[in-house]
Amino acid sequence: MYSEKVMDHFMNPRNVGELENANGIGEVGNAKCGDIMRIYIDVEDSIIKDIKFKTFGCGAAIATSSMVTEMVKGKTIDEALKVTNKAVAEALGGLPPVKMHCSNLAADALHKAIENYKQNMQKNTQN
Amino acid sequence: MRKVYLDHSATTPVRPEVVEVMNQYLTNNFGNASSVHSFGREARKGLETAREQIANLIKAQPEEIFFTSGGTEADNMAIIGTAFANQKKGKHIITTQIEHHAVLETCHHLEKLGFEVTYLPVDKNALVSVEKVKEAIRDDTILISMMHANNEVGTIQPVKEVGALAKEKGIVFHVDAVQSFGKLPIDVNEMNIDLLSASSHKIYGPKGIGCLFLRKGTKVEPLMFGGAQERKRRPGTENVPAIVGFGLAAELAGKEMAQENERLTKLRDKLIQGILEKIPHVQLNGHPTQRLANNVNVSFHYVEGESLLLMLDMKGIAASSGSACTSGSLDPSHVLLAMGISHEIAHGSLRMTLGKVNTEEDIDYCLEVLPDIVAKLRSMSPLYNSGKIEN
Repeated sequence: MYSEKVMDHFMNPRNVGELENANGIGEVGNAKCGDIMRIYIDVEDSIIKDIKFKTFGCGAAIATSSMVTEMVKGKTIDEALKVTNKAVAEALGGLPPVKMHCSNLAADALHKAIENYKQNMQKNTQN
Repeated sequence: MRKVYLDHSATTPVRPEVVEVMNQYLTNNFGNASSVHSFGREARKGLETAREQIANLIKAQPEEIFFTSGGTEADNMAIIGTAFANQKKGKHIITTQIEHHAVLETCHHLEKLGFEVTYLPVDKNALVSVEKVKEAIRDDTILISMMHANNEVGTIQPVKEVGALAKEKGIVFHVDAVQSFGKLPIDVNEMNIDLLSASSHKIYGPKGIGCLFLRKGTKVEPLMFGGAQERKRRPGTENVPAIVGFGLAAELAGKEMAQENERLTKLRDKLIQGILEKIPHVQLNGHPTQRLANNVNVSFHYVEGESLLLMLDMKGIAASSGSACTSGSLDPSHVLLAMGISHEIAHGSLRMTLGKVNTEEDIDYCLEVLPDIVAKLRSMSPLYNSGKIEN
């Protein structure tokens, strides 16, 4: 049911963990529906220097989380904001139709992390 | 790599003796059981032997066994057939929240047709209370439909007590015995069962065949028309090879039941104990003792079931889960939710159902592999923080 690429990212997920010095954190989903994705980013000069994730969820949830971190590491936040859930699924060679809406939220988590980073920056300049 | 099949409640392999007899009826004895010639008579003989074998297993009369395409059809035939035959008497049906979808969705369909259905709750072990059944009975109740053993958590229901109650009140009693037929002793007279659904592929017989026990005198409207087969209750040319295979599978299951249950109970308890000892934050789902000898159902907190299944599969272990991803809907298992288990914990459920092929080595292998898999998934889970629980 899953492509080889999905299984590879599921079995050998890239960038798993937390970032102690994260300046942006984003989370989507809830435990009730069976998927939670949390993404940590460390942004310097508008570039995502480091990124990690923690995910509770099915194979697709873990694989998309892993893929999105790989897609945007080293990219600018503007470039990262252009990455969509659909693009993540495509990079994985597609997902089963039933997974497209429920477990394909990794880009949303990333965008939330960037939003959170921007808010943190604003707070810092205000202080 | 070692392959360990732990999904026997989903389906079982066909045992060699059954394959052999089926083969005879696919080739030499291929006749249509309705034909008058010798080919037809051979097929008829096989068909009637199977009917006897199945009747014997549940202490019924052969003429009370009607072959169907499987458990789902038998459930439909029993519930819709009884509802239609008794609708002048009343339109109320009692069932439980933890039935198989073959029963639940059939009841939902009847609700659309104007019937009223009470779905009884269960306790935390998935047990139905006889008291609650009693309270739910009304003057217009025509049918009580209840499973013998639950397919997900293996809990065995007080069928005999409910049967006595139904008899006393003159209500038709249907038992979905798909998971218990050939695994638990059943006596349709002692248990006062009027209708009972059974399936072949759960007991090492072929798929696509099952039966409905229909007590003599119980009124059931047929759902299909077009032939005199199965005394007009289930028209269509009989699937003789499958029926013959089902018959033999039932006979052998009956002969081996006591011994196999004893063996499986030991393996089951070893697996449950091992999991509870080796892995933290885990719970057993279902009744601790009043459960099928082959059923293990546990929830690992902070992990999701489909991920578990995929990782187990990579290690050669086949199991199932009640998570939403595997139930084909957005909600996890209706059985676990009815037991009062939270969505989060239901998503992390794992069902392992043992069978004939499983050995103690299989259990050891499972207990060796499982802790690492759970630990790996927990290390990825935002809900689990290196042993510390986040609220």
